[in-house]
This record gives sequence, structure tokens and C-alpha cells, in this order.
Amino acid sequence: MAVLKTELVPVDSEAHVVAVRQTVRAWAQELGFSLVDQTKIVTAASELARNTIKHGGGGKLTLEILNEGIRRGLRLIFEDTGPGIPDLSLAMKDGYTSGGGLGLGLGGSKRLVNDFHIESQVGLGTKVTIVRWK
Amino acid sequence: MDRIPILRMGEFLLVTIQVDMHDRLALTLQDDLTSRISETSARGVLIDISSLETVDSFIGRMLGNIASMSRVMDAETVVVGMQPEVAITLVELGLSLPGVRTALNVERGMDLLRNSRRHGMEGRR
Repeated sequence: MAVLKTELVPVDSEAHVVAVRQTVRAWAQELGFSLVDQTKIVTAASELARNTIKHGGGGKLTLEILNEGIRRGLRLIFEDTGPGIPDLSLAMKDGYTSGGGLGLGLGGSKRLVNDFHIESQVGLGTKVTIVRWK
Repeated sequence: MDRIPILRMGEFLLVTIQVDMHDRLALTLQDDLTSRISETSARGVLIDISSLETVDSFIGRMLGNIASMSRVMDAETVVVGMQPEVAITLVELGLSLPGVRTALNVERGMDLLRNSRRHGMEGRR
């Protein structure tokens, strides 16, 4: 699997959530995603960016265009150095929230993409990787 | 500070969201709307989201909050103009906007508000 293009975007403040949505939208358009697929990955990115800020205390997003055989995809990696998530399966559950939200961020964004991977270590931070293939 | 304009049309308030809202702007709209309902004694709120390309759980929650708050202030809220791709994404995300009345476009939304107003008045007689 080759990475054709990569970019780093800061995810530190609330204003960055809008910037993340716009950058992810531009990349998804560049890849020729359908409107529905664009909307799905942008919405997933919006949820994860907000998590990075609210729960992780800020971090960064790495965007990558992937090439695997004949297919192309958009990979987004959200990383923070926040407190980490002690119970991942609980955090993935719909309706569970530690931040007063709806508790749809992680479980919901997983449903909007093709690949979803989360790693977290208490005291070190959280890394969420999602891919939407074209 | 940025604000989303709220227009008054008779006994209804009309909001057209045309920008990609950051979280604070969404919260400001929520506050502004409740004050305007109180000031104007509005009986209905119509929120046009046809220009919105993304509705995530935060914006979805705001729409639900506005509907609940206006209901306890005796005003009905209708959200109109949701794009098909936004609807597909919202439902997959797990958000079906319970408690929020929706209509396909502004015209149908206004009809809905007028009708529920008429029925409400009949009920009171």
C-alpha cells in the first residue's frame, strides 16, 4: 500500500473543527468521492476532531491518500497526547458519554467509514485511524 | 462576533443557516432564538438547513435542543431542506433527530407551522 500524498493539520481549538471539515472535504473531492461518501467522511472527521479537542486536549490530524492495487482511499489519523481512554469498548458504545454529548462520536464515526482503528493508552493519549475507500 | 440572522415573518421566526457553523456559533444561535421567541411571542420557528453540507452530532443536538426549548416556550420548530446525503449520513451516525419536526422545503415547513397553529387554536376554544 502506497501513500501518495500527506498533510498535517493542527486540531487544537474549536475553530480547527471547521478547518478539518473543509480540508477533508477538499481531499475527498480531489479523490472523486461521491457526495454521500464525501459527507460521510467529513462528518466522521468532524466527530473525531471534536473528540481530539474535548477529550484529548488537542492534537493533530494526518491526512493521507492511499493507493492499494486499483483502489484509492483517504486515511485520516487523529492523534492526541491527552489522558487516554481507560475502557475502549465502553467508549465505543452508542450513548455512552464522558463529555456531556450524545455519545455518538466514536461508534457513529466507525459506521461512516470502511476501516476504523483505535489505540489508547491511559496517560499517553489516543490515536484513531479511519479509511474510506473509493 | 458572528451571528446567524433571525428574521421575523408574522408570528414565525425564520433562520437560514448558510455557513459551516463552528460550535460556538451554533450555541449562540440556540441562545438568540430563545430570546427572540420570548421577545416576539413567536409561535413557530423555521430553520432552513438546505445550504448545510454537514450535520454532525453536535449540530444535530443543537437542532434537538432548539426544538425542545421552543416547545416549552409554546413555539413549534420545523427543520427544512436537509440534503439527501446529510440525511443518509445522520441516520448512519445514529442520529434520527427525535422530537424535531422536519419538512422537505421552506414552503412545506410554513404549511406545517400554519396548520399546527390552526389546530392549536381550535383545541383552545
